[in-house]
Amino acid sequence: MGNKQTIFTDEQLDAYQDCTFFTRKEILRLHGRYHELAPHLVPMDYTNDPDVKIPLALIVNMPELKENPFRNRIVESFSEDGEGNLSFNDFVDMFSVLSEMAPRELKAIYAFKIYDFNTDNFICKEDLEKTLNKLTREELTPEEVNLVCEKAIEEADLDGDNKLSFADFENMISKAPDFLRYL
Amino acid sequence: MPKKKSDIIIKMEDVGMEIDGSVASESEGESRREGFACFFEPVLTGICVSVVLYLVVVPSEDSRRTSRGNLKPKPSPAPGRNNQIKRTPTNRSHRRSNEDDSEGYEEEEAPRKTKVNKKKPPKTQDSDEESEVDQSKRTKNGRRVNKQQKEDQNNKDKAREDMKGKGKDKAKVIENGKESKKRNKDTSSSSSSSEDSGEDSMSEGEMTRLKEEVEEKKKLISTLRNKPWRMRRRLECLKDAQQFVEKFEGALGKGKGRKLYAFKVMMTKKWIKFNRDFENFKTACIPWERKIKEVESHFGSSVASYFLFLRWMYGMNLVLFGFVFGLVVIPEVLMGLPYGSIPRKTVPRDEQAKAMDFSVLFEFGGYCKYSFLFYGYYNNQRTIGLLQFRLPLSYLLVGVGSFGYSLMVVIRTMAKNSNEGGDGAEEGDFTFAWKMFTSWDYLIGNSETADNKFASITTSFKESIVDEQENQKDENIHLRRFLRVLANLLILCSLGGSGYLIYYVVKRSQTYANMDEDELSWFEKNEVEFVMSLLGLVCPPLFETIAELEEYHPRIALKWQLGRIFALFLGNLYTFLFALFDEVNAKLEREETIKNATIWAMKEHYSNFSELNNSTAITPLSINPADVMRGPCWETAVGIEFMKLTVSDIQVTYLTILFGDFLRALAVRFLNYCWCWDLEAGFPSYAEFDISGNVLGLIFNQGMIWMGAFYAPGLVGLNVLRLLTSMYFQCWAVMTCNVPHERVFKASKSNNFYMGLLLLILFLSMLPVVYTIMTLPPSFDCGPFSGKQKMYDVIIETIDKDLPAFLGTLFTYAANPGLIIPAVLLMVLAIYYLNSVSKAYKHANNELRKKMQMQRDEEKNRRNNKDSTNQVMKDLEDLLPKKSPISASAKENAEVRSELGDKPSKVSQKPGAVATGRGVNLQRDVSLAMANPRMAVTRPPGPRGPSALPGNTLQVPGGRGRGRGQNPRR
Repeated sequence: MGNKQTIFTDEQLDAYQDCTFFTRKEILRLHGRYHELAPHLVPMDYTNDPDVKIPLALIVNMPELKENPFRNRIVESFSEDGEGNLSFNDFVDMFSVLSEMAPRELKAIYAFKIYDFNTDNFICKEDLEKTLNKLTREELTPEEVNLVCEKAIEEADLDGDNKLSFADFENMISKAPDFLRYL
Repeated sequence: MPKKKSDIIIKMEDVGMEIDGSVASESEGESRREGFACFFEPVLTGICVSVVLYLVVVPSEDSRRTSRGNLKPKPSPAPGRNNQIKRTPTNRSHRRSNEDDSEGYEEEEAPRKTKVNKKKPPKTQDSDEESEVDQSKRTKNGRRVNKQQKEDQNNKDKAREDMKGKGKDKAKVIENGKESKKRNKDTSSSSSSSEDSGEDSMSEGEMTRLKEEVEEKKKLISTLRNKPWRMRRRLECLKDAQQFVEKFEGALGKGKGRKLYAFKVMMTKKWIKFNRDFENFKTACIPWERKIKEVESHFGSSVASYFLFLRWMYGMNLVLFGFVFGLVVIPEVLMGLPYGSIPRKTVPRDEQAKAMDFSVLFEFGGYCKYSFLFYGYYNNQRTIGLLQFRLPLSYLLVGVGSFGYSLMVVIRTMAKNSNEGGDGAEEGDFTFAWKMFTSWDYLIGNSETADNKFASITTSFKESIVDEQENQKDENIHLRRFLRVLANLLILCSLGGSGYLIYYVVKRSQTYANMDEDELSWFEKNEVEFVMSLLGLVCPPLFETIAELEEYHPRIALKWQLGRIFALFLGNLYTFLFALFDEVNAKLEREETIKNATIWAMKEHYSNFSELNNSTAITPLSINPADVMRGPCWETAVGIEFMKLTVSDIQVTYLTILFGDFLRALAVRFLNYCWCWDLEAGFPSYAEFDISGNVLGLIFNQGMIWMGAFYAPGLVGLNVLRLLTSMYFQCWAVMTCNVPHERVFKASKSNNFYMGLLLLILFLSMLPVVYTIMTLPPSFDCGPFSGKQKMYDVIIETIDKDLPAFLGTLFTYAANPGLIIPAVLLMVLAIYYLNSVSKAYKHANNELRKKMQMQRDEEKNRRNNKDSTNQVMKDLEDLLPKKSPISASAKENAEVRSELGDKPSKVSQKPGAVATGRGVNLQRDVSLAMANPRMAVTRPPGPRGPSALPGNTLQVPGGRGRGRGQNPRR
């Protein structure tokens, strides 16, 4: 424990524990992972809150994200600058939201952000097409993609503007039995 | 008079402080002044108050002008009186009030600086004399501090600005606090006629406001992690909130309560810290978390669900193990008689030669049979050791208690599981949307699995597209039905066949049992176990092959498969049990004769002894315990059967993994270099992880444990070992030699199906044990209950001898049928009542769901101006008279609606049908708008009055019209 203590002060650890769903040990482990990604960039001493960011290309190669079709979007929507560069805070934030302890509501908010590819605060047909193509590795024909997207919008769109607002999305996702387990 | 003066001064101070506070803490001008006026109205009635006002308001204006310019002058009180009294206070007191004012201002302004004037709040509570004494001290204090305060002022303003800038909700909260405080003051001060109480309530208001704010902050801290903010903002917010709480908490509470409050705050802090540490500790204690996660990432959640189940089972068995070993085994070993002291703890003479042979020990004969592993070893001494431990009682209670504990745990887990997960909208509402957004399993971290997942998602999309396009007009429905019936028939046949086979084998083994042991070959001795293992090995793959005819979704197929194998195993188990009961009955008969023989021998001995020695003092027969004639001890025999079954089960499982998975994988991997076809992609390939078989193996194994644990306490220990090793072994095996399923599918949302099977098995295994406890007589010369008529006599004995007499009578009353029957009736009634209530709720739930669905359709129809998607509406349209007169009005309707901002799109295409449909829609909308009170459900649904459909002029037939009456049922 001795050498670990120097990474964060106790206050920092407590603060992180208050702000995330992690325990002390997990936060330290997360820092280890973060450090592993770019050992030359990330200092081992975080007590004075250095301003370090890791670019997207490194993050998406983590085994947790490597196979995920939405990895770029996930990282982008958690990065403060929107470019995909993650500071340690963003990094912890990301894993906190993705952890299984995070409540459904919180996950829904971030899921909406992730699926909203063009960041206009609506999931429009374009976004859906992108989602679908990522999910199926573009193995569906354009007609099929079109049909599915229209169907999805028709199912979930309550206010009839042909795109999904967050309310629509939340309504739909809150009823999904599997959502909690798989984000 | 001087007394009076000081009185005024003091009040002036305190009131002034409060007034100022209330003014300063308001931040919006208009409402503030109103509040101010309201607040002062009642207070203005007192004369001295006007003085106070003057004193306070006038000097503080300067300071206030600097800090906030928007303050208007206060309503000035009667000047004459001011002058009159102004004469009395000295210059000093004036200044003092000034200081105090700023001090009070201070406190209001930013209470976190209260370190300086911390002494204040209690002072308001103090008696006048005391405060008078304090007065002088404080003035000094005040003077000293004054400068510093003024310096602080600037910082504080800044801080306030910050606070404002930060999250709106926080600001709102503060607003709320102020509002309530204001109200507080209003009411209290108006109701009170004297100033004293007015003051009190004011400080009271302060306190409540502070408290509210602190509570709010605390809540913020605890819910911070749920806020969708950036981490940096969260951290800052956290820091602020914590500082706020820290600074404020000390200032809360008053008088004597204050210390208590501080103490409470400290304790809560400690408690939170402790909780957090405890949580950390708990998560650290959960074993195999990472192992399971790894498996999950490779094989998806369905395989991981097996390992989770295994881990859960391990936990439960550990507790059972603790019970059995802590309360039965260890006391007997430590405090009971040692090995070899009495016959039941000694190997008989004729077995001693072979008692240490491995082949004997492996079959649990020899020393094993007469060890603490089995029922027979335990002595029937009522109490053992220094502690007077009642071992027989403890044995019985542990046996029954472990069932009770298991039942409780299983049911609790089931209830918890069923609470999880969404409330589940109707299937088919969001097919595509759900597929789109929730089909990716975010836990997958392996490329192969990911490939499979992509493929399965694509196919599932294609399937849904085909479904959607053809809309279930499946021509092959008859073929599929036929195939499913055929499959079930085949499976029934094989189940019946296996049942008969077991029956046959068991019968044959009974004839073998009557023959001499030495003539039998190894196979003939172990035929039953062998056949059962073989069936368990052959049947599941057979079922799986047959199930392919049915073409179910794999998740459903898994359930069917589980159910079928369950039936198979259950049949096996019960056949085995019946065979066992036959054996037990045979043993009981034999025991009877042996018992009689022993008694006869005893009598013989006694009579011979008295004849030969002619003495009345008869020394008991001293025979070496190894030579004593003894009964068959059927309980130990049953225990041994279960032990053997468990061991052979373990062997089969491990060998299957070793040969079926590991060697197959090795062969496929290395023979592939020199083989004529591709082994990896072609026929043998690698094995998939067999979820259903493994889960059921686990469940049935547990059933054996539950059944056998009463007769073989060592079985629980063996099972713990087995689960422990199989966790590691299977994790290793699955990671090294299995491949992910071809169609990766998610486990169903809760593994309640597993739990349901487990519950069933628990119940089924409880039956025989309870039956034996209640009806069969225990063996006369072995086990803790020897010498009793029935096993439960131990309890009766304890009640009679150890508990006070009135408890005994109480028990006899409680056991009276006159009491039990009403109790049972009452329980039945309660069950009936709860059942009907839950039914009613379910009904209401469905109604609501239907209504929501309807509203959704409504909404969509209105927006899309499409044909009603609802079948009932279509039927209704068809029922309407042909359309010429209605269509005109309907068009009007359409226009009205388009004015309302909807988009009429398809009017021209199908004027008749669509328009009438819309006419109806409009009607329905009206009725919907009228009679849909938005209210919470306040009572369970009762019968519905027939008159509750107002405004619904066009009554929609069928279920459509229901659920929108005026009943306040939302």
